[in-house]
Formats: sequence, C-alpha cells, structure tokens
Amino acid sequence: MTEHELCVLSTRARIWLFDAIYRAQSGHPGGSLSCVDALTELYFNEMNISPDRPDDPDRDRFVLSKGHSAPALYSVLALRGYFPEKDLDLFRSIKGHMSGHPDMRHVKGVDMSTGSLGQGISAAVGMALAARVQKKSYRTYVVLGDGEMEEGQVWEAIMAASKFKLSNLCAMVDVNGLQIDGKTDDVMPTSPLDQKFAAFKWNVIHAEGHDFESMENALKEARECTDKPSVILLRTVKGKGISYMEKSAAWHGKAPNESQYDLAMGELKAHLAGLEAS
Amino acid sequence: MGDMKATRAAYGEALCELAQDHPELVVLEADLSSATMTKNFSLRYPERFFNCGIAEANMTGIAAGMATCGLRPFTNTFAIFAAGRAYEQVRNSIAYPGLNVVVVGSHGGVSVGEDGATHQMIEDLSLMRTIPDMTVINPCDANEMRQAVEALLSYDGRAYLRLGRAPVENVTSGKADYKFEIGKGVTMRGGKDVTIAATGLCVQLSLAASDILSAEGIDVRVLDIHTIKPLDEDLILKAAEETGVIVTAEEHNVIGGLGGAVAELTSSRHPVPVIRHGIEDTFGRSGKAKEVLEYYGLTAAAIAEKVRQAVKLK
Repeated sequence: MTEHELCVLSTRARIWLFDAIYRAQSGHPGGSLSCVDALTELYFNEMNISPDRPDDPDRDRFVLSKGHSAPALYSVLALRGYFPEKDLDLFRSIKGHMSGHPDMRHVKGVDMSTGSLGQGISAAVGMALAARVQKKSYRTYVVLGDGEMEEGQVWEAIMAASKFKLSNLCAMVDVNGLQIDGKTDDVMPTSPLDQKFAAFKWNVIHAEGHDFESMENALKEARECTDKPSVILLRTVKGKGISYMEKSAAWHGKAPNESQYDLAMGELKAHLAGLEAS
Repeated sequence: MGDMKATRAAYGEALCELAQDHPELVVLEADLSSATMTKNFSLRYPERFFNCGIAEANMTGIAAGMATCGLRPFTNTFAIFAAGRAYEQVRNSIAYPGLNVVVVGSHGGVSVGEDGATHQMIEDLSLMRTIPDMTVINPCDANEMRQAVEALLSYDGRAYLRLGRAPVENVTSGKADYKFEIGKGVTMRGGKDVTIAATGLCVQLSLAASDILSAEGIDVRVLDIHTIKPLDEDLILKAAEETGVIVTAEEHNVIGGLGGAVAELTSSRHPVPVIRHGIEDTFGRSGKAKEVLEYYGLTAAAIAEKVRQAVKLK
C-alpha cells in the first residue's frame, strides 16, 4: 500500500473517530489521534490478518494496551472491514455493544479486552508465548502509551518478554509526552525509554509516528530481529490533525462541543479533500 | 483415620497425571514451584511451564493472553498474591473478557502457619466470589482436589482454585457414592437437627464435630461445599428447610466467604438462622499450623460448640 493511500485511510479514520466521540459526547480524542496512524499502518500495511476470518488461529495478534484509544482502534477496524461504519454510532452508547474501551467479546476484530492500563502488554506476551507452544509463526503487536509506562506491570511484562526472547513480539509506544494531568515529564517521567528498554535487553527502534514510511521501515527492522523482542518508540503529537487539540493534555478525555466539532471537522475534511485531489 | 495429604500435593500430582491427555494445559508459576507443587510438572513438561518470576500481575495477564489462543493456563502462587495482589488482573484481564484460566491460590487460610498474617489469605473466597462470572472452588482433601483439577481442565469458564499447605485427612475417597461435580455440594453425613455447611479443611473438622454431637443426641447433617460459586442452592435450601438452622465453617474471614454466600441465599429464599464460623474479621498470626487453627477456633470442639448454640435458635 502506498504512503498516500495510508494517509487517506488514516485521515478517514480520524474523521470517524472524531465523529464517534462527538456523538457520544464522551471519549479520548487526544491519544486516539496520536496513535491512529500507527494502527492504520499495522492493519493495512503490516499485519497478516483477514476481516473475514477474525478468529483465524494463524493470524497476527494486536493488543491496544492503551485501551482508552478505542475510538482509533474501532475506526481502523471498521475501515478494514471488520464491521460496518454505522456501528461506530453506538460508541459508548447504552443502545449498543461498542463499549468505551476495547471489548473482545462483543467487537469483531478485537483480540484482547483492555482499558486498565498496564495489562494489555502482559496479554500480548502471553499471545507471543502461545505461538511458541503451538509452533505457530504469527506475530503479536501491542501499542502502549508513554504515560502507561508508569504502571509497574508494564516493566514486569518487559522483563518477561526479554527472558523468553520473544522476537515474535513487537511493542510500539505512542510517545506523545502528555497524560491526563499534564506533561509526562512532570507527572512521572518515563524517559529515557530507549535506554530503559535497552537495559531490559529489547531491540530498540525509533520512528516517526505520523510518517508511514518511517513506521514501515521500523516494523521491517523489528521483523528482522530474531533473538529478542522489539520496541518501536513512536514520536507522536497528542491530538494530531486537529489544530486546537495538538499538544494539549486538556483534550485527553474530553468531547468537543458543536462549534469545536465544526472547526475540527472542517480541518479534517479539507485535509482529506487535499489528499484525494493530489 | 484415613491417609493424610495436603491438597497442594494432590494438585501437583494431578497436573502431571493429566498433562499427557491435555496438550492445551500450560502451567505458570511465580517463583514458588516447590511450595505450590508445580515443580514436578516443570521437570516433566518444561516446554509447557513458564516461570514468570516474582511478578504475579504480569503472570495473570500472560495467562489471559495464552487463553485467547486456546491454551488452558493454570497460574500458580500463594492465595494472598493470586487473589489479592493480582485481583484486578483476574477481574479485568481474565473474567471480563471471559477467558478460561484457572487461577490457583496455594497456601490459603491460616494453616499456612509460621509465615503469619502477611501470607495467611482469609479474604480470597470473598474477593474472587464477587467477580462476575467467576467460579470459586476449595477442595477439602486430596481426592477431591484431583477430581477438581480434572473437571477444570475441560470446564468452559474461569475459576479460582484454593489449595492448602497442611496435610489433611482423606475423607471423600472412602465414600462409596462420592462424585465430584463443579457447583454441586456433597452430603458427607445425613442429619435432621442441624446442618454444617463446610468447605476446605473445615469439612474434616465438621465431621469430627458431628461425632461429638451425635454422642449428645444431636443429629448433624454435614455438607461439603467445595464450590463456593456457583453455590449449590438446591442442597443448601433443602438443608435449611429440613434442618431449620445452618452453621457454616470455613478457614476464611466470616465476611463474604461461604458463610456470606449461604446467608445471602437463605435470607431471601428460605430464611433460617445462619451461624458463620471462621476467622472473626481479624488478621492471622504466626505459629504451627495446628496451633494457629486452634487459636482461631478452627477445631472440631469449637465448631461443635457453635452448633450447640445454633440448635437453640430453632
């Protein structure tokens, strides 16, 4: 898939996820917008998956450990064809099954229920170990937030992945530098993540989280590493794609009002039109 | 007196015996394999054994991920860590997604002995029971444990399984009509005056209590409630109806465990006095297992005394 096609897809995903949050008047736009490009890259250009066979035992696995970015995951799954776009109307609604955080029991394509930070990466380690027990060649991908790295369980999982030499596991950290209460550096610094992962004997790769070519190269580098797990540290912008949300912790978990919605939608649609015209 | 064996020992043997027929069985451990008795499994099936180190939360999550791929993980550590430290992982990574994992809590209750309160888990049955869709099993002896493990291997559901450290008398294998079924209690002894609903090592103590009481002319029914959840409602309600009073006996806080479950059931469906015997909402302490049990009234004599008081309430 070309970089241009991926840009079009991720812009559409931004529109869908933003619509879903606006309709629900609830959800997490900031972190969804910072990781939606990575999810687009994974689901359209990296993972061995098929929406027709969501339970295929040989498929690659994906865990959204930063589960509050469910709008990004749900939008990308809908775009990829796991379920109709109209299901997104039910996001966070009592009338439907599209719960606020990823729910594997009810949303097709979700490989693991998440939402409580720090837990998804352990499940991903379990999936990667299961591949070894069952002699399967699938890969497991997990996306974490940089604020999430404050959870102790994350480091337990990182230690275990290293011990078990899980080269079939690839973690991606959405390093947008912000969390609910402000800058990650102020609330509880998690940097230097590269040195920390390296000390835990992971293969450490840097990439631009809004640049598909950069992510494609990083994922290839991860695949080529055969003796240890890989982590891709993604440089990202919280709220990416909506001018007034970018680099703002205030938009971590807040829905826009009508005029904010109109402004953002205007920006996103203009961006999409520009891409489609080029 | 029957033969003595700790339920943890029977558990470790059962894992090894059943592994061949259950290739989906994987065993996860948190650095306690000699105590939780998974050591032999680790030696015989190293490719299906994963020592996750002293990191119980992560072990619980790893098991969840494995279960999504069709494996049948049993996680192993002390009950205090399985149900306490990793409570939220059990809830959010195993129970909520509906994954078939068996969370094994070894060294349940105060019979841990010398290690004292930090290692004597008396809230596990309560904590695990309040999680929606969670099955809670506490076998009383080696035979029952063996059968529980076998049943859990093909059980479509998630469960907490409590093991004990101390050797206990085997009381179920000699019982001709004994049959283990998840969610079904066992009538160990018939009786019409009063019922003792017991779980874990309190089953043996209750049988001994009923011997004492029968000499006094009190006819005691003894139920072995190995499955705290789902509770065998029919058996408990029948006992309430036929004997008019129930004493529960458990090596657990009197709040929220078997006693809580029986009181919740009977209060709405067939109200009768329910006397809850167990640890009286206090922490444990160090001592030899037998001494600690005596200290907290987990003896046949203390249970018998509760039953005498209970009968007067009829």
